[in-house]
Amino acid sequence: MLRAFAILLACQLAGETIARALALPLPGPVIGLVILVMLLFAVERRHLVDSSTIDGTSLGKVANGLLAVLGVLFVPAGVGVIQNLGLLGEYGAALAAALVVSTLLTLTVTVWVFVGVSRLIERDG
Amino acid sequence: MGAPSSLWVYLATTPLLWLTLTVVIWILADWLAQLSGRNPLVNPVMIAIALVSAILLATGTSYGTYFTGAQFIHFLLGPTTVAIAIPLYKNWPTVRRKALPMLAALIAGTATSIVSAIAVGAALGLPRDVLISLAPKSVTAPVAMSLSESLGGVPALTAVLVVFTGVLGAVVVTPLMNAMGLRDYAARGFAAGLAAHGIGTARAFVVDPVAGTFAGIAMGLSAILSSLLIPVIVRLLFPTA
Repeated sequence: MLRAFAILLACQLAGETIARALALPLPGPVIGLVILVMLLFAVERRHLVDSSTIDGTSLGKVANGLLAVLGVLFVPAGVGVIQNLGLLGEYGAALAAALVVSTLLTLTVTVWVFVGVSRLIERDG
Repeated sequence: MGAPSSLWVYLATTPLLWLTLTVVIWILADWLAQLSGRNPLVNPVMIAIALVSAILLATGTSYGTYFTGAQFIHFLLGPTTVAIAIPLYKNWPTVRRKALPMLAALIAGTATSIVSAIAVGAALGLPRDVLISLAPKSVTAPVAMSLSESLGGVPALTAVLVVFTGVLGAVVVTPLMNAMGLRDYAARGFAAGLAAHGIGTARAFVVDPVAGTFAGIAMGLSAILSSLLIPVIVRLLFPTA
């Protein structure tokens, strides 16, 4: 389990280092994610892991365990935000309207473009 | 009075109390969500944030004191983002097959998110710095805050809007998709991650692992595209910047 956690931390550290060194507009952990996927494919070539057994490895168990409680990880930052509600000031209502309209529109456009292009490809292929 | 209050003075300043509180409140909030049959309106992130905030307010505890304990939870966001590599690797054939739909949805969705937020805000008379703070509302918090800061927004206001957008997206995504009769969990998850970043991704992982994987990909890709698009859009709309 500790080895699995070390792998996750090392990938994050590598990601943070690359993000800083190249001044990339991306959080280090996202680059760490890409690094870990590439490592898994590299290791797969040597027949050490495959996609059907990954969940049973200690890395798979730790990763899925963390992802199952992803929500709690947003609580500390979310509480910090509540402390800053005053920043909304007189603009609260207008900002709420913008968030609601934009979020509904974004979800709808994204899902329909995804589904529409999927259907086009399946019809051709 | 003396003994209990000195005990409180001691406990209230140790990280242990606030770490324990965060975990216990989460278990309670998640239990309520489970009791409701994972009803999207009973969002555990929203409930836990509200309960913890109420307790801090009632006990007169500063956020700084709270964060000495809560930082251990907060820290896990990094390794857990890396952990999305596991479901991504596992579902790779599906992800590859959906590369083109993802690319198209990424561009359409990210542009919609930025332009619609600015358009509604401008129509309602929001000033320039507030509009700039609003533009990256769907982007994962660290990237959104740095975009806001570099373009003349208020990063702390952006953080507030990002968290509200995340909770809002996580609450509405399931009923909205069901109302539209969409059962493609890759598409649903991708929309959740694009519109509502990590909090939408957390909801997606609760619904379905494939949805969670696509949400995670959308969160990462939209952070990249938004970093390129938002500065261009802001400079077009506000040439004085």
